[in-house]
This record gives sequence, C-alpha cells and structure tokens, in this order.
Amino acid sequence: MFSGKVFGALAGATVLALSATGAVAQPKDKVKVGFIYVGPVGDHGWSYQHDQGRQAIEKAFPGKVTTTFVESVPEADSERAIEQLARTGHDLIFTTSFGFMEPTLKVAKKYPNIKFEHATGFKRNPNLSTYAAKFHEGRYIIGQIAGKMTKSNTIGYVGAFPIPEVIAGINAFYLGAQSVNPAVKIKIVFANTWYDPAKEGDAAKALLDQGVDMLAQHTDSPAPIQAAEARGKFGFGQASDMERFAPKAQLTAIVDNWSDYYVARTKAVLDGTWKSEDVWGGINAHMVVMSPYKNMPDDVKKLAEETEAAIKSGKLNPFKCPIMGQDGKEIECKGQGALSDEQVLGMNFYVKGIEDKIPQ
Amino acid sequence: MTVFEAILLTIVTASTPLLIAALGELVTERSGVLNLGVEGMMAMGAACSFAAAVTFDSTLLGVVAGMLAGALMAALFALLVLGFAANQTGSGLALTILGLGLSGLIGAPFVGARRDPIAPIDIPGLSDIPVIGRLFFEQDLFVYASIALTIVVAIYLVRTRSGLTLRSIGENHTSANALGLPVRQVRFWAILFGGACAGLAGAYLALVYTRFWSPGMTAGRGWIALALVVFAAWRPGWVLVGAYIFGAATVLQLHAQAAQFGVPSQVLSAVPYLATILALLLLSIRHGRAIGAPGSLGAPFVPDR
Repeated sequence: MFSGKVFGALAGATVLALSATGAVAQPKDKVKVGFIYVGPVGDHGWSYQHDQGRQAIEKAFPGKVTTTFVESVPEADSERAIEQLARTGHDLIFTTSFGFMEPTLKVAKKYPNIKFEHATGFKRNPNLSTYAAKFHEGRYIIGQIAGKMTKSNTIGYVGAFPIPEVIAGINAFYLGAQSVNPAVKIKIVFANTWYDPAKEGDAAKALLDQGVDMLAQHTDSPAPIQAAEARGKFGFGQASDMERFAPKAQLTAIVDNWSDYYVARTKAVLDGTWKSEDVWGGINAHMVVMSPYKNMPDDVKKLAEETEAAIKSGKLNPFKCPIMGQDGKEIECKGQGALSDEQVLGMNFYVKGIEDKIPQ
Repeated sequence: MTVFEAILLTIVTASTPLLIAALGELVTERSGVLNLGVEGMMAMGAACSFAAAVTFDSTLLGVVAGMLAGALMAALFALLVLGFAANQTGSGLALTILGLGLSGLIGAPFVGARRDPIAPIDIPGLSDIPVIGRLFFEQDLFVYASIALTIVVAIYLVRTRSGLTLRSIGENHTSANALGLPVRQVRFWAILFGGACAGLAGAYLALVYTRFWSPGMTAGRGWIALALVVFAAWRPGWVLVGAYIFGAATVLQLHAQAAQFGVPSQVLSAVPYLATILALLLLSIRHGRAIGAPGSLGAPFVPDR
C-alpha cells in the first residue's frame, strides 16, 4: 500500500514535470495543426476563408506541417470533435466559431500541452488564445462607397441576426455612408439565418423592391449580391471575394484574411515562441482585406482608397467620438477618442439617422 | 414594376420548390409509405442538377439529372422499406442524412461555379396585362410545370383507376393485397415519383432560385414540404394553397422588415411556421381528427404474413 502511494506520488510528479517542460515551449521540427469549422468548406464565405488560411499554412511550411480539418461541426456537439483532434497528436488547434468557446476552453484545460486558438471568443487560458477581426473597418469603407454611389438615396443591409457583431457592422456601414451623404437612408432586413441562400436572396429582393440600390450583407452566401446583379444594382461581397457571382454588381468585398495570422501562429509553435494572446486585427493587421475596387467612378474609388489608407495608418477610426445614439444623445466615449473595444464588441444600439428599431 | 407586383413574383419563386416536393411526397404517402428523406433527396437533386448543368452547359440535362438523382435515392429507400420491410421512419431519416452528405461530396468540385438565369417564358400580349400579366404569363417553365403537376396529380388520384388502386393500397395494404393488388409494385413507383419530384425541387433551387450550388442549400425546405402534406390533409389542391401561404409568409415578413413595420424580425420569421400550426389546428377542430391520413401510412408491409 505504502509503496503504491509513493509510486502514485512519483508518477504524479513526473506528469507535472512533463507538463511543465511542455509549457516552456521548445522548438519543434514537425507540427500538426487541426481546424474545426462551423460550416462546410464550400460555403463561399466564413468557413471557406478559414480553410484558405489552413491551405496557406501547408504552403508556407512544406514538409514541416500537416493539417487536418473537420467541417460542419454543430456548435452544441463540438467538444467531441475538438477532443478527437487533441487525442490524435495535434499540436495546434483552431476552433473557428463563437459557439465553440466553452468546449474549446474545456478541452484546452484537459490538454495543457496542446495550443488552442479560438476565433471571436473572449475566454483565454495559458494554452488558449483568442483572435478576431475588425470587419467594421471594412464596413465603414463600403458605407462611404454606397453613400456616394446611391441614386435613390436609400441603401440596404441584409443582416443575419440582431447580435452585437452585426449591429456594429450596420452602424459602421451607416456612419460611413452618412459621412459623405448626410441625408442617406438605410433599410435593414434580418434573415434570421447565417446561411440559407434562397432566403438571403429573398431578403435582398425585398430590399431592392423597396427602392434600395446599394446592398450590403452580413450573411454568408453570395445570394444577396447576386440578386443585386440580376436587378442591375450594386452590392458588396461578404467574407470572400464574390466577384464571380456578381461581376457587374460587386463594388468591392470585405475579405476575411486569416492566412497571415495562421502562418504566424504556426511558426510560433515551430519556433517555440507561442504565447496565449488576444488578437483583434483589422485592415492594419491585414486580417481584413478589401478586394479590388471596381464598377465605380474614379473619384469614389479614390475616396475608398484614401479611407482605407487612413484606417490602416490609425488616423481614422469608424467609431470615433462623438457618436450619437438614435435619440440624438451622445454615447459615452469609453475609449481614447473613439468607442472602446468593449463598447464595439457589445454594441446594442443603432446610431442617429437609422430609423429602424433593433428587434428585441 | 410596382412593389406589389414584385412581391407577388418573389412569392411564386419561393413557393414553387415547396409545391413540387410536397406533391411528390403526397403521392408517396397516399400509397401508404412515409418517406422522411425529402430533404436528402432534394439536396441530391440540387447537387446533381447543378453538376450536370455546369458540366454539359445545359439546364435541361441538369433538370433530368436532378430528377434521376432524386429517383435513385428513392429507389434505395424503396429497397429498404419494400424489399426488407425496414422501419420507414428510420430509413427516411437515414436517407436525409445520406443525401446531405453525399450531395456535399458530389457538389464539392462545383463550389464557386455559377449559372446564368434561365429566361422566363414570355407569352406576348398576355404578359403585358397590368399586374396579373407578369404574374401569370411571364414565369419560368418550372412554375407552370408545378401548377400542371398539381392538376395532374389531383386528377390521377381521384379520377383514374390506377389512382384508386394507389389510394386503396394506402388505406389498407392487407385488404388490397388480399384483393390481389400489386402493393409493393405500386408503392415502388409512388416512392420513385416522390423522389423525382424532390429532385426536381432541388434542381429548381440550384438552377433557378439561387443559380449556384453550396452544401446544405436546401436549408430545411424538405421538412417544410413534409409538413405541407399534413397541412393539406393529403389533398393536392390544398398543397398548392399551403405552399403559397408558406411562400407568401416568408417573403412578406422580409418586406415588413424593409418597410420598418416595427415588428420583431424573429417573430416575423416564425410566422410561416405559426401559420402551419394554426391551419393544422383549425383543420382538426373542424373534423375532429387528422383527416385524410392514409390508413396504412408508415406501417411496414410484409406479404403473406
């Protein structure tokens, strides 16, 4: 009995020591990277872009890195999928949807030697980083383009759900439009789905039928911009470059570019320099990329490029204070000269000039 | 084109795939077989039709491929439930899962491809009539086909000998078998018809509605088609009405949002489903039971036992 206890204690100590050496990161020759996607790789949007990042890793470190992915993982059942990757010798695991947050944290605590990265969440651990992109920076630019180009003075927005991320996008889009066209009106339709091409298309048609001639979208399929193309109106690609679906209608697209980040993080694991971090990058960090400005007059293109440069250099923040709420009262400015990150990430109000109400 | 006309036109496109798929399922169910695999057959129809249409650059071949894919899936289902007298609910669910997965595999090389819109059929003169002109006389071929299909199915079920045979088999397969009616043969063709219709509905989604293919693009329409059959009390005319009510509710809630009616969008999104429940409720209050359900629906049939 006694010896058994000692053995147990010794074994425990060894495990501790092992995990300690694991935590002090050491360079590796070979790294296995795993990805969990919420949608199919072929969604043309969110998951597709994450997979582009995965492919970039394979290209960047030939022979040194192997990658695997699991697609269309339901958020409620993701723990098994994440743990499966953890058990099969992956060194670095990316979980790419907000709903994977709790399961990722749980598995990360169980496997302290494996590095985890969770997209768009806020819960971290010594072996769990979080990362997200400031897509609202891109939305401010497309707002300016829409504000300049609209002839009916009414611009439209197909949103997925009335959640802070989408609300912040709508506000940034409208603030951009307002900055060049103070009288511009916006119509908003929530499809209440991230992904239902036919319904997204119907939502876009409803907006176009009601006089909208510029269409922005925050749902994942190319159906809305395609509807704009069919009516001879204009739109903006979402998540990936959707030009092939709407060559005449796409003015630009806000492209999620995870490649640079994924390559850098994989390199950090290879070099043994990986640390738990919270990254929220925008145009500056090359996480948000504007696809080429097309189908627009030169002066609008120039304006868009200037705004992009100003955001990149940090001179312009889409949520620079003062920001007025719908009631005309100024929103308290908790950041330095602009709304704080928390205020943007938790945004639950429309700015002045939007006549709609957020569905509660 | 006025907003009113535009709304009506969108409603027609939103309703057509539901109508086609539900009509197919209605015939299958009237023969006494419950096929819960509509969603999977529809997904296969969408993937195969799009793949064929892009490969051969032909919408017609796409449509044919979509219907064949649906029918082929249905044949597999028929093998299980008719050949092996397997549980219909389980087999149908398996068919949905298989169809969604397999369609992803087949469609994968075609992600990112797109088709040009097919031209609506323009009947000169008639389509110039205000409001109803464009609505009734300038639709695509699928819309006319879906209306024609409704009429054909209605006449077939009620007015033909073969339709009577099918219905009697659905009502009581043991008696029908005792009378010497070819239960399994009739059911096989009914299941195949249902599959072809689901495939056609999928083809409509991929080739006309969205004009691209992506995994899971059916987004639950197969399940709505199943609900419509119950809603319609297994009658073709009511399937038509139900499909259009459902399509209208979906489209109108989007317009209500754009027009800033101030009703929460979540509530509006639920309206079509609430409408279905309400209709079901009213129907059963009026008749006291789920009327029209074929007597042998869902029961496995094993001859000579």
